[in-house]
Amino acid sequence: MATVDKPQSATADAGARDYKVIGTRPIRHDGVDKVTGRARYGADIALTGMLHGAVLRSPHAHAKILSIDTSAAKKLPGVRAVVTHADLPDVASKVADLGEGMFDLRDLSRNVLAHDKVLYRGHAVAAVAADNVHIADEALRLIEVKYEVLTPVMDVVEAMQDGAPILHDDLRTEGFVSSDDAADKPTNIAKVFLHEKGNLEQGFAEADLVIEREIRTATVHQGYIEPHNATVHWNADGQITCWISTQGSFVVREQLAGLLQVPVSRVRVIPMEIGGGFGGKIPVYMAPAAAIMSKMTGRPVKMIMDRAAVLEATGPTPGSCVRVKLGVKSDGTIVAGDAWIAFEAGAFPGSPVPAGCMCVFACYDVPNGRVQGFDVVLNRPATKAYRAPGATQVAMATETVIDEICEQLKLDPLEFRLKNGAREGTRRVDGPVFARIGMLETVKAIRDSEHWQSTLDGKWRGRGVASGYWFNAGLKSAVTASVNADGRVSMLEGSTDIGGSRASISMMLAETLGIGAEDITPAVVDTDSIGYTDVTGGSRVTYATGWAAYEAGLDIQRQMCERAASIWDCDSKDVTFAAGTISGPEGKSFSFKELAQKVQSSGDPVIGRGVSDHNEPGGAFATHCVDVEVDPETGKVTILRYTAAQDVGTAIHPAYVEGQIQGGTVQGIGWAINEEYFYDKEGRMRNASLLDYRMPTCYDLPMIDALIVEVPNPGHPYGVRGVGEVPIVPPPAALANAIHAATGIRMTSLPMSPPKVLHELLKARAASGNGK
Amino acid sequence: MAKKQVVSTTINGQQEEFLCEPRQTLLEVLRDVLDMTGTKEGCSNGNCGACTVLLNGRPIDSCLVLAVEVEGAEIETIEGVAPAGGLHPLQTAFLEQAALQCGICTPGFIMQAKALLEQKPNPTEREIRFYLAGNLCRCTGYDKIVRAVQQAATAQQEVQV
Repeated sequence: MATVDKPQSATADAGARDYKVIGTRPIRHDGVDKVTGRARYGADIALTGMLHGAVLRSPHAHAKILSIDTSAAKKLPGVRAVVTHADLPDVASKVADLGEGMFDLRDLSRNVLAHDKVLYRGHAVAAVAADNVHIADEALRLIEVKYEVLTPVMDVVEAMQDGAPILHDDLRTEGFVSSDDAADKPTNIAKVFLHEKGNLEQGFAEADLVIEREIRTATVHQGYIEPHNATVHWNADGQITCWISTQGSFVVREQLAGLLQVPVSRVRVIPMEIGGGFGGKIPVYMAPAAAIMSKMTGRPVKMIMDRAAVLEATGPTPGSCVRVKLGVKSDGTIVAGDAWIAFEAGAFPGSPVPAGCMCVFACYDVPNGRVQGFDVVLNRPATKAYRAPGATQVAMATETVIDEICEQLKLDPLEFRLKNGAREGTRRVDGPVFARIGMLETVKAIRDSEHWQSTLDGKWRGRGVASGYWFNAGLKSAVTASVNADGRVSMLEGSTDIGGSRASISMMLAETLGIGAEDITPAVVDTDSIGYTDVTGGSRVTYATGWAAYEAGLDIQRQMCERAASIWDCDSKDVTFAAGTISGPEGKSFSFKELAQKVQSSGDPVIGRGVSDHNEPGGAFATHCVDVEVDPETGKVTILRYTAAQDVGTAIHPAYVEGQIQGGTVQGIGWAINEEYFYDKEGRMRNASLLDYRMPTCYDLPMIDALIVEVPNPGHPYGVRGVGEVPIVPPPAALANAIHAATGIRMTSLPMSPPKVLHELLKARAASGNGK
Repeated sequence: MAKKQVVSTTINGQQEEFLCEPRQTLLEVLRDVLDMTGTKEGCSNGNCGACTVLLNGRPIDSCLVLAVEVEGAEIETIEGVAPAGGLHPLQTAFLEQAALQCGICTPGFIMQAKALLEQKPNPTEREIRFYLAGNLCRCTGYDKIVRAVQQAATAQQEVQV
């Protein structure tokens, strides 16, 4: 099968390098299984004696549980076990790191099965295991729960007010609390964050123009097509095995061990193929209940969530209220920035507002700044990570304010970004100083693009640009690799492959060993078969697991040199490894394959070991450009053309890099113009289906041009920065700016759906007499 | 619980008889009774297209068809698309164009695209996008999927010429 070697789009900066494998586009190793239906995802598991589970969920957004009667359900023929929170071990409040966000173990336990209160519509209350899923569903209807219904609070600003309904009587505000607020009283504000830099007052005093806007963004879901699933067997010897679709098998192990109060080595997690996650498949939902019911019955229990529950009860990303105030000199130089950011954490504390606070001004050099953040609980599902968690909400505010500044000062928005954009040495408001980054290069890539150079004609059409930042993560990864007698290498890793990372990691090992990508056989293995590996999240896998693969490659190089030395009877110091050739004294040499053939007959097996725990992923920047047409009669926004430029450090497999950029961009487009959780007064989600929760279809979109910018990360052996997350950040602001260019209206609330855009158009028309 | 019924069909060219309850969907029977798990469940209410199969040549959401309804019908699933020892041009194109990331929607897209190319061997980009609009993909942004269908159309035309 041929590989696609013609790049789909221009590479803006190829960089100086001489790679053989990196930068090519081999067929992914797991590809054939995934186009023929052979790949095994979590829902595809079937075990002898397996039971099927279902979950009873709260019909109320906020209520006390007075009693739960499961006796009738237990009597239904075919029902084998019923559990409620009372069957889970008591766990103390303890904060655990899930790799993309911290979570309190007690909150997690109460999210898995509600304790004394239900805190959102869809909150799990009880679970059943039965001979088949239909019997389990019938049994749910026989469980009687008595509730005392309470008033829900659904909006972040309302939840912060005195007198708002309180979710947790024991919650007290932590962090930067002013002395008058510090009173020991129940609150929904879980934590307050504050960052300051320079002198804010003086900065604004120097400004010739100050613009402040308040932006609201709606709750949106990650929207992976595969629902959550978990199959658990609690064996009679106490060993627990869990088959699950997850972004992090080790993190599932940690959560299960903590929630079930067993040592981590008692839990083996077998990661199945995963049908999308985007941050949402890090926490456990059904696995703990499945484990308890397996213990009760001695049989494996399989649970699959239905789509309504995925939307109502698994982590969406927070809705928000963000106020951004920027001061600039008349030449466009930023002198001060002030941000106030409140995120809807959902039922339990832990929204990504800390990340939002760090990202809000990160694209720019803001000499005097202040950022305040608020983590606020309310009666929506507990929010979870979603692709650059927290960055998109705040970018919508900063990037639309900048557009307004450029409009008022008649500045080119790209020139404004080139003037003020973050570069090596820029200190963020929250403290860190950037190393070599590619913010300016992404702006230049857009400036030089055919798209930006083209003219956009026509009424109700407009062009917008916006930039975005995401940190990327490092964290821990492990890889082992065995050299086979045919010269191929079997590679084991612990990073579940959510979008082609088997290929990118294999390519880095192949590059290190001087062999082909197809010479590596990668496998994602279970928690007993590889060293601890953090989640597939934070855009970290290609960076960190790739680094571990590189280290494993170096280990193999060393062992192969030693082996050659022993065959040639020379000192291993006189043997070198370069580009897949092992060279010794007197012109002796082996190709990798030749020496691999001799490994078995000449000594021990050759097994490389690589680990990584580095945290210099270097930061990712993106600048996007979009052309839209707005229908003045309906408010519908049609995307005519979209170009996304992103600094990826080094593009290991450019086709999958483009795929990440395109996919993230389209999620951002959905967030911008369609997607939202629509709740009624009682806190019931009224659009909990994939028809009414309207994600983009291919008919809604044009091709997405991905411009790969490569400013190699000096902190990585192959210059990788990570790719996955930042492309979701700019689209809402870029679209808002384009809508303004098309219509003259400034949208300050997401989604910019037809009714909302039309409302603003009609308002503008009424104010001016006839609109545009 | 109603009694199980015997249903006779042809699946991927082979005669199949299976037992099912009247309430079981075709999707559930394919996956849980016949162990053909290549057809995926994404929503079970016809909104996402992950469970698309061909029923008498037409693409349908198998979650919206009861298994007892397929008596006497011909069904084609992802497991029947590839010729022995090879791949269908659509499968090759999806791999070469990197048109999948997580892969959960891929079988549904391939079935839907196969039906499209059988009706319209040389579709325009707009026709491809219209025909695939009932299949949701959350990873790719669809760009590479559309290109893969275009590549497969070209490849099939070249074979026929």
